Amino acid sequence: MDPKPTINVRLTHTDSAPAANGPREAVFRLAGVGVAYSGAPAVRDVTFDVHKREITALIGPSGCGKSTLLRCLNRMNDLIPAAHVEGKVLYHDVDLYGPGVDPVQVRKKIGMVFQKPNPFPKSIYDNIAFGPRVLGMEGDMDEIVERALKRAALWEEVKDRLKQNAYGMSGGQQQRLCIARALATGPDVILMDEPCSALDPISTARIEDLMLDLKDRYSIVIVTHNMQQAARVSDMTAFFTVELDEAAAHRTGRVVEYAATEKIFTNPDDARTEDYVTGKVG
Amino acid sequence: MSAVDPVAAIPHSRRGDRWREHGFRIALLSCLGIAIGMLGVLLYEVGKDGLGAVNADFLTSFASANPQRAGIQAALMGTLWLMAVCIVFIVPVGVASAVYLEEYADSRRWWNRLIEVNIQNLAAVPSIVYGILGLAFLVRGPLSLGRVVLAGGLTLGLLVLPVVIIASREAIRAVPTSIREGAMALGATQWQTISRQVLPAAVPGMATGTILALSRAIGETAPLILVGAATFVAFNPSGLTDSFTALPLQIFSWLSQPQAEFKTRAAGAIVVLFALLLAMNAVAIWLRNRFERKW
Repeated sequence: MDPKPTINVRLTHTDSAPAANGPREAVFRLAGVGVAYSGAPAVRDVTFDVHKREITALIGPSGCGKSTLLRCLNRMNDLIPAAHVEGKVLYHDVDLYGPGVDPVQVRKKIGMVFQKPNPFPKSIYDNIAFGPRVLGMEGDMDEIVERALKRAALWEEVKDRLKQNAYGMSGGQQQRLCIARALATGPDVILMDEPCSALDPISTARIEDLMLDLKDRYSIVIVTHNMQQAARVSDMTAFFTVELDEAAAHRTGRVVEYAATEKIFTNPDDARTEDYVTGKVG
Repeated sequence: MSAVDPVAAIPHSRRGDRWREHGFRIALLSCLGIAIGMLGVLLYEVGKDGLGAVNADFLTSFASANPQRAGIQAALMGTLWLMAVCIVFIVPVGVASAVYLEEYADSRRWWNRLIEVNIQNLAAVPSIVYGILGLAFLVRGPLSLGRVVLAGGLTLGLLVLPVVIIASREAIRAVPTSIREGAMALGATQWQTISRQVLPAAVPGMATGTILALSRAIGETAPLILVGAATFVAFNPSGLTDSFTALPLQIFSWLSQPQAEFKTRAAGAIVVLFALLLAMNAVAIWLRNRFERKW
């Protein structure tokens, strides 16, 4: 009989179990959320809560709708005409898809960082200042920019060259710039769609450290292909899988299990989760 | 231990292949040579006759029945006025159309596809048809502007507008989606994203397209004949409602005269026209290189 396969993942922060004192406030409550592109469902029946000041990781194989779901949380799927969102996404008890909710205001409070760093072709200063400017934020712009860069651990490196073009920075710096840019609008949630997959391991480590720092102030939801990363940084993990429908025409993603990271990686309930995290299936 | 003969390890290329490679290269160079050669012959012929004729007097005199005194001042000023009207028309209308088609129009709707096909076709319509259009709707008909600078400029503008729209669309399309997504994820509205990120990034492509459109407009003769540019004009236009002439028309008119000296004058005017074209294209190339962006 084969020995039980070991899960090859090191949990580096032992406070991975959510704080036991007091009830955890939910930032997002998802109920039956699904997205269909021109009728073909990409992800469905997603129901879980995202808690405040925690890092929630969405993991799973390619094509299981993790990024699609992430984009529901700040109404970025509105930009795709063929996408139709069903279910309820409650943000602090407000239905994000309810009538009268302005997506522009939603995105002010829920920021997003993309897989490939996408700084604007402008100076570093103007990159950070763009969000506050379009939202008409009051206050001294220099201070806002400095604060955002400090929170993203980038200030020391760029404070002398704020007027230089952002494209002159390395990939890791550009991604931290994108994080600073998202922080400048004063959100309370940051969504990260595979933020490190285009970066080298050193930059990845720096951004993971940054995430752990940001956790003090922001709630973070991160989609990642890198299981070790999920284990290293996240408090809660949702494991997605892909199901083929009867006609094998559509691949639809669903959440298999959602639990504390430590549990997912050491003692998951579902066999599919265990297969994935032990590397038996990818 | 067997020593591997390095020469035999890499086989020689076949002789047939080498000849084919050379032959292909020579064929391509010949085609290029023909095109450049024709241009060279044209420039030489014109320059031979015309360069001597271009001097300060030529540029500042008006047309005259006496070829010795004929100059291109009225024609040059007329051309410049026409280009001014043209730019003022094509830039806002062309850019706005391109922005609508790229950013707002749902490309799955049939009417938007129809518009797209039509614009491609309009770029290919012969220029004389635009002249008829200008005559019917601008000079006479609903607007009844008369045979004036405004009508001429607008007719030329309509002629080159599809070029501006197509070039602007390409420039807007070249801006990566990631920039738009990044802006919208920060809470920008669609218009804020377009006006603050997409358009500034697309300006070099749009400027190049506009200048190339003007390069085409500057040499068009047929529509101007129809729209009523006079050929014997001894004054500069001083307003949009003045009658006018233009360089291509002056050239055409002089070439129709029997005296041989007029042919020299015409060659001189062609040289000036070439100089203008060269200057405009140089500006377009400079703009493109200066602002070329590596995403």
